[in-house]
Amino acid sequence: MGEPPATEPVRPDRPDQPDRPDRPDQLKRQDRPEREEREPAGDAVIVTRGLTKRYRGGQLAVDGLDLTVPAGSVFGFLGPNGSGKTTTIRMLMGLIEPTSGTAHVLGRPMPHAARAVLPRVGALIEGPALYGFLSGRDNLLRYDAADPAADPRTRRVRVAAALDRVGLTAAAGKKAKAYSLGMKQRLGLAAALLRPRRLLVLDEPTNGLDPQGMREIRTLVRELASDGTTVFLSSHLLDEIEQVCTHAAVMARGRLIRQGAVADLAAGTRGRLVVTTPDPQEAARVLKERGVGDVVVAEDRVTGEPPDGEIADLNRALVAEGVRVRGFGRERPSLEDAFVALTGEGFDVAG
Amino acid sequence: MSPAEALRAERAERAEGAERRPGPLWSLGLLRSELLTTFRRWRTLALLTVLAAVPVLIGIAVKLETDDGSSAGGGGEGPAFISQITNNGLFLVFTALAATLPFFLPMAIGVIAGDAVAGEASSGTLRYLLVAPAGRTRLLLTKYATVLAFCLVATLVVAVSALAVGALLFPLGELTTISGTRIGLAEGLARALLIALVVAASLIGVAALGLFVSTLTNSGIAAMATTVGLLITVQILDQIPQLDAVQPYFFSHYWLSFADLMRDPVYYEDLVRNLGLQAAYAVVFGSAAWARFTAKDITA
Ligand SMILES: Nc1ncnc2c1ncn2[C@@H]1O[C@H](COP(=O)(O)OP(=O)(O)OP(=O)(O)O)[C@@H](O)[C@H]1O
Ligand SMILES: [Mg+2]
Repeated sequence: MGEPPATEPVRPDRPDQPDRPDRPDQLKRQDRPEREEREPAGDAVIVTRGLTKRYRGGQLAVDGLDLTVPAGSVFGFLGPNGSGKTTTIRMLMGLIEPTSGTAHVLGRPMPHAARAVLPRVGALIEGPALYGFLSGRDNLLRYDAADPAADPRTRRVRVAAALDRVGLTAAAGKKAKAYSLGMKQRLGLAAALLRPRRLLVLDEPTNGLDPQGMREIRTLVRELASDGTTVFLSSHLLDEIEQVCTHAAVMARGRLIRQGAVADLAAGTRGRLVVTTPDPQEAARVLKERGVGDVVVAEDRVTGEPPDGEIADLNRALVAEGVRVRGFGRERPSLEDAFVALTGEGFDVAG
Repeated sequence: MSPAEALRAERAERAEGAERRPGPLWSLGLLRSELLTTFRRWRTLALLTVLAAVPVLIGIAVKLETDDGSSAGGGGEGPAFISQITNNGLFLVFTALAATLPFFLPMAIGVIAGDAVAGEASSGTLRYLLVAPAGRTRLLLTKYATVLAFCLVATLVVAVSALAVGALLFPLGELTTISGTRIGLAEGLARALLIALVVAASLIGVAALGLFVSTLTNSGIAAMATTVGLLITVQILDQIPQLDAVQPYFFSHYWLSFADLMRDPVYYEDLVRNLGLQAAYAVVFGSAAWARFTAKDITA
């Protein structure tokens, strides 16, 4: 939201984006302890096979999901409202039982191995939930007390560190019911960060945050990822995913449409042609004559779907017709373009 | 340690790959947190305040009535402790427990037990406790232990408030048992404590029932209302003579047997029946709650 559209290059050449494949040492070290005892899942942190959930009302919320989340990735889980993102996350966290199929998290089956897996997973599921009559700090103390693997001797220190990390130190003593939406969201994130985690599952983490808060979350996610934590991030905000994720999966109506590296997802789609010119009407006429579809004129920018073939020929035609061209090129395809191309539809709620 | 140092410690811990083995006492940490959370709720404190007020009201009423000159007549219902209060303030303890056991006490338990799981479900905190992961069986046991602790605290609040008011408004001294023998004040106090414990134990069944109801719904209010509704229904059914075949199975049937502790010698038969019945309720509804809670989809 509010971010500029993706005319600038996307993955993987963002300067502030740590290059995850360059840190195999760290990932390997973390994976090694359980390698022997668990079934081979490669370097994947989450693996689901045929994961299906039909709610008691008969609603098929997730339908035969085969998801693979590579270790060390920032994985965007993308889909419109009601597409089954939260349902999938609830199954991964052992909160609901799959109707059929399997889910492995950190190499262990869920919900069976919940006690071994979940202490190493931090989660924010469908927004934060807090005890309104307790202070922010006491909320975290309570959640930490519920974790059997958390050391009670370091509890207060870890709580203080988590509060500090989400910028809530000043409001730590305030009752949680007096928190704003964004403060609650931050406290929920702090609960997920109480201990070092191997996996963070964040269901729409920027919900309710101001632009500054959103930026902070993105920075936090990158920071955690550079420490080797895998981040699984659900969202229906395409540019949010585009900005922080290395990988993504696209859901629609409970089915997985595609998954892979973000760059690959967008690469399947061709970007639109963009011409910047002081003579936009003329340019539009010429482009239409040469077979460019869906021509849109916006001030000095003319965009359209170029026909097959060399697009430089279009530029020659423009110049030959006396159109003054300031800029000419193909826009980098955005994830939204990719999504539309994948689903053949817009980003709307399915009934 | 400063937050920065804590983070460094965290990293060090992670570098060693050290996963702390849960100590055998970690469940106590969760229980402590649960007790703190329950007893810091405004609702819990309000219930305890109401319970503490009951003996005050009874004491003042008896005092006013006897100051009129007329002696307090023995009430027809329940153990006739009330007529003895003017002679010995200790009887206010027995009277207050007899007055609150049929309704006030179990209603308070019903509210706390009904809210235990359903309240956390409706506020959404349940899902975060479970992904912490508290463990479903452990969480349920912790919840039940906390409700039982509330039973004890609630009963003691009534008893202590009654003792304080009784000592303030009336004389204390030797007392006459139901059997007509006289016992000293010290033994009287000991029996009062024993009675309070038996009354608290009489609430075990309601607590288990409430907890079971609490696992059935995602609405704290609905669970509380259902539990209190069941309580009232059972109390009414226990009064209908035609139902005497099933009445011995009602959790409230032997509640007033605690008065037998004021006989000399103590008459144990109904007391034992009461405790056995409470244990049976705890087992049956505890298991039902466990079966339900461990298999439940947490969608709230
Ligand atoms: N408890 C429930 N009982 C029955 N159906 C449900 C339940 N929860 C969700 N659903 C249905 O399952 C489908 C998927 O819902 P889910 O919450 O997983 O979507 P989502 O992708 O998280 O959406 P959003 O972006 O709005 O959070 C929806 O059609 C929804 O109506
Ligand atoms: Mg959702």
